[in-house]
Amino acid sequence: MSILVYTESSKGKIKKASLEAVNYAAEIAAKTGTTATAIIINAGDASLEDLGKAGANKVLHVNNASINASDSQVLTRILNHVAESEASSIVIFSNDLTAKAVAPRLAARMKAGFVPGAVDYPQTDGAFTVNKNVFSGKAIATYQVNSAKKVISLLPNSFQVKTDAAAVAATNFDVPADLLASRIKVKEVKRETNELSLPEAELVVSAGRGMKGPENWGMIEDLAKQLGAATACSRPVSDIGWRPHHEHVGQTGIAIRPNLYIAVGISGAIQHLAGVNGSKTIVVINKDPEAPFFKAADYGIIGDAFDVVPKLIEAVKKFKASQN
Amino acid sequence: MKILVCISKAPDTTAKIAFKDNNTAFDENNVQYIVNPYDEWYALVRALELKETLGGTVTTVSVGGTDMEAIIRKAFAIGADDGVRIDAEPTDAYFVAEQIASYAKQGGFDIILAGKETINYNGSSLGGMLAELLDMPYVSMATKLDVAGTTATIECDIDGGTEVLECDFPLVISAAKGMAEARIPNMRGIMAARTKALNVIAPVAADKLTEVKSYTLAQGRTTCKMIDAENAGSLIEMLHNEAKVI
Ligand SMILES: Cc1cc2nc3c(=O)[nH]c(=O)nc-3n(C[C@H](O)[C@H](O)[C@H](O)COP(=O)(O)OP(=O)(O)OC[C@H]3O[C@@H](n4cnc5c(N)ncnc54)[C@H](O)[C@@H]3O)c2cc1C
Repeated sequence: MSILVYTESSKGKIKKASLEAVNYAAEIAAKTGTTATAIIINAGDASLEDLGKAGANKVLHVNNASINASDSQVLTRILNHVAESEASSIVIFSNDLTAKAVAPRLAARMKAGFVPGAVDYPQTDGAFTVNKNVFSGKAIATYQVNSAKKVISLLPNSFQVKTDAAAVAATNFDVPADLLASRIKVKEVKRETNELSLPEAELVVSAGRGMKGPENWGMIEDLAKQLGAATACSRPVSDIGWRPHHEHVGQTGIAIRPNLYIAVGISGAIQHLAGVNGSKTIVVINKDPEAPFFKAADYGIIGDAFDVVPKLIEAVKKFKASQN
Repeated sequence: MKILVCISKAPDTTAKIAFKDNNTAFDENNVQYIVNPYDEWYALVRALELKETLGGTVTTVSVGGTDMEAIIRKAFAIGADDGVRIDAEPTDAYFVAEQIASYAKQGGFDIILAGKETINYNGSSLGGMLAELLDMPYVSMATKLDVAGTTATIECDIDGGTEVLECDFPLVISAAKGMAEARIPNMRGIMAARTKALNVIAPVAADKLTEVKSYTLAQGRTTCKMIDAENAGSLIEMLHNEAKVI
């Protein structure tokens, strides 16, 4: 028996969320007296040593250019094959876009109980239970997994990443060609090159209708750039086309939980909060002292964004200079 | 073209979330149910747009008790042709996927659409499970869907961007924001909804792979530290020294 953890690389590095998932798998392996095996597909020149340092006892590299990684069916067949050959009854993912496509498929294939978006370690004495957010972050449910096989995807940014274990050498793992037949053709890939990916960002600067118009987003982008943060927005702002759809956070956009969420000119409607209330620290800047967002914030500034944001930009510049 | 849209119900987005029976069940008292927004705004409306331009039918499928019927009629009012209710309490996503797969196997559907997640259980599970049980390709988090002949062209989010995929029928797709704009049912739609066929079928046996044992409400924030606007810059020091997030 072993615990299998699916990992990915991006831009020549193992993704941070993948390292977190390896930490998580290693901890569960230690608790249940087994080992953690990390699997990565076409890692390119990413350093596979980092997977061992994050706690994997074994690292398998599937290096095969004919794998269509955009096809959840292909990835499911590969992972099912690896889980069988490694006798893994638990498979761990980080709950990112790949996991959303592949993890439920794999769970159905393995007849494994599936918990998507787990927020802490499972209880493994007696019944196997694990917590996950429900009702768009308004509550937490304890799920019991009844089946012997289990698939769990970990909500990213739930734990600090540790890489203090010993590196292990990666083994090449060959998959049978008949698993790779794909019915999906990739026509085009569009990457927004310089932007930080919002779900993975640790710092986020977000703005709402209080900004009055798209022409005023310069200062929001500037503050984000100075902080090294990603940008986000409220729903009406993306609906009227001031900002792109992928920046829309909330119950009907994406849910994020960065370390820092700065909300500028956003009232704090319940549907907006549902997507951001998992953030570690929330700062609210609003000219209306009655704005509901202040009730969900750690720090608040009552004031005009057009006056406060430039002050923050200056303060960040000064802070950065003092750190050098 | 035959399209199947999976429809689930969800508490209204402003509903107060509370639990009963020693925190083992969701308290439905005073809770208004709506069509799960992703199922309605994106999946159903895009299915209807495709039908209107290319011809075909849009059938909805839901797993639930009689209280589900008001939700199904809402989908009819928006424009679905007919609907199926599989008469069982949905226990988890796998159970629901088994039910819908068993129905869809006989249906000859070209495209099966689901919302990217429900706003109550936030699992993003159904589409993927269904695709696996039906042995069909699956594209999750699609933001655009077009059809030419028997081929679907789908745009979906990937890490740090988007990609455009092509796939022949049949396939399963989960719909995210961008696919369509919400539609408000008109009077004619509401009248027509009453007479459309809502077929009730019996569930199949399925394993109970997971179950919720208990719920707890998320902890809110207790205090908000106010900073004078004149002195806004001091926030940055606090974020560094106190909150330790920068
Ligand atoms: C089913 C449903 C789902 C929804 N899903 C989402 C979702 O996912 N995400 C989401 O965000 N919303 C969602 N909404 C919409 C939500 O209810 C709110 O309408 C929306 O979040 C409001 O956006 P806002 O805060 O940008 O705008 P407003 O509510 O208009 O607030 C603007 C704020 O800016 C402040 N302001 C104005 N000028 C200034 C200034 N110069 N300086 C500082 N502050 C200023 C105002 O005081 C006000 O608080 C949903 C609604 C429904 C019904």
